[in-house]
Amino acid sequence: MQLTDQNFDSEVLKSDVPVLVDFFAPWCGPCQMMGPIIDELTEELKDKKLKLAKLNVDESPKTAGKYNVMSIPTIIIFKAGEPTETLTGVQNKEELKKKLEELVNN
Amino acid sequence: MIYDVIIIGAGAGGLTAGLYSSRRNLKTLVISKDLGGQTAIATEIENYPGVLGQPNGAKLMQDFKKQAISFGAEIKLELVNSIEPPAPPALSLSNGSNDSGFVVKTEKEKYETKTIILAFGLSHRELGVKGEKEFAAKGVAYCATCDAPFFKQKTVAVVGGGNSGLDAAELLSGIAKKVYLIHRGESFTAESVLQKNIQKAENIEVLLNSEIKEIKGQTKVESIIIANAKEKEIKVDGVFVQIGYAPKTDWLKDLVKINQKGEVITDENCRTSHPGIFAAGDVTDAPYKQIVISAGEGAKAALQAYDYIKRNGGLNKETPDWGRNK
Repeated sequence: MQLTDQNFDSEVLKSDVPVLVDFFAPWCGPCQMMGPIIDELTEELKDKKLKLAKLNVDESPKTAGKYNVMSIPTIIIFKAGEPTETLTGVQNKEELKKKLEELVNN
Repeated sequence: MIYDVIIIGAGAGGLTAGLYSSRRNLKTLVISKDLGGQTAIATEIENYPGVLGQPNGAKLMQDFKKQAISFGAEIKLELVNSIEPPAPPALSLSNGSNDSGFVVKTEKEKYETKTIILAFGLSHRELGVKGEKEFAAKGVAYCATCDAPFFKQKTVAVVGGGNSGLDAAELLSGIAKKVYLIHRGESFTAESVLQKNIQKAENIEVLLNSEIKEIKGQTKVESIIIANAKEKEIKVDGVFVQIGYAPKTDWLKDLVKINQKGEVITDENCRTSHPGIFAAGDVTDAPYKQIVISAGEGAKAALQAYDYIKRNGGLNKETPDWGRNK
């Protein structure tokens, strides 16, 4: 799912389920290594009560600025409207998966 | 479980080594702190033979990764902290039993393996000043093409007097409000074209014979302490550290021979001074830091690791090159 400054509030902050947001830009090499991992996890976790979403920092600078994103890729996990974890750099798929599974099981 | 080969690094060299060793049906693990290495941040690749259309480096590395995985290589993103060699007299590799192989320790796990391929390339140099680690990704940046757009209309410092420093300063001068270009030498070492461009840019202030002593802030970078004749504090929103690349091999120096530049010394067959440890790509003393050369050396190192295991009777079963796992 693609997020924007416009839908961030309704899709993330007011979401009933935890949301993982991948802050990226199309020109950023490491982000392109991260993107497919997010796509795979979206597919593998589609039955779980959570959302995975991407936010293009070029198109949605307000949101990126609000959460102090100054390096990409950055992943922020939101729960009940609050950022609970921030991860910068390309992340391990299996670990991210474990983290998300723990999050929905708790 | 004992791996046949653990490859440290997932750039062109490491991923190609992973491709070749998994095609030889070796149980292969690639461990790396990131994916694609320096290639992944290159904007256009024009000199990788057989690949036309100037793909960006990330796309090329994505394909390298897919290809290695398709033959059975595993990839884990972890930082390796140490390698423990087998206790002497060492190396009865048969069936990989009686814990005779190497132990690779990462920040999270321990992995056992019969052979190792070092292919972790070069790392960006760090300033080594207070605040640098603390504010990494909070204003301290190492990749100008990645992070420059976050500093629109802000004030930034660029450290470095070589090509990458001046390149970054020029790029940032078109995005940021003001750029301080800090260099500890008396003059720049960058190409003259770059130096001219820097002189032309009105919002770049050059500070020669100067060094950053400290990076300060609350939750992100707010200022730096600069020292030349005397110390002063300058308000900045970001610090771009562009002082080049070097192999990070200190942690290996008791295990394999390293040259003065910090590169792992290898022979023409990618062998290091330690039996069972091979090396490929930019981390080695092989000349020319090029994607195609790293890939070629990675292939060579994997085939050498295969021969080494075979000679020591450690092969599980003979499998031809075309034995695709799936």
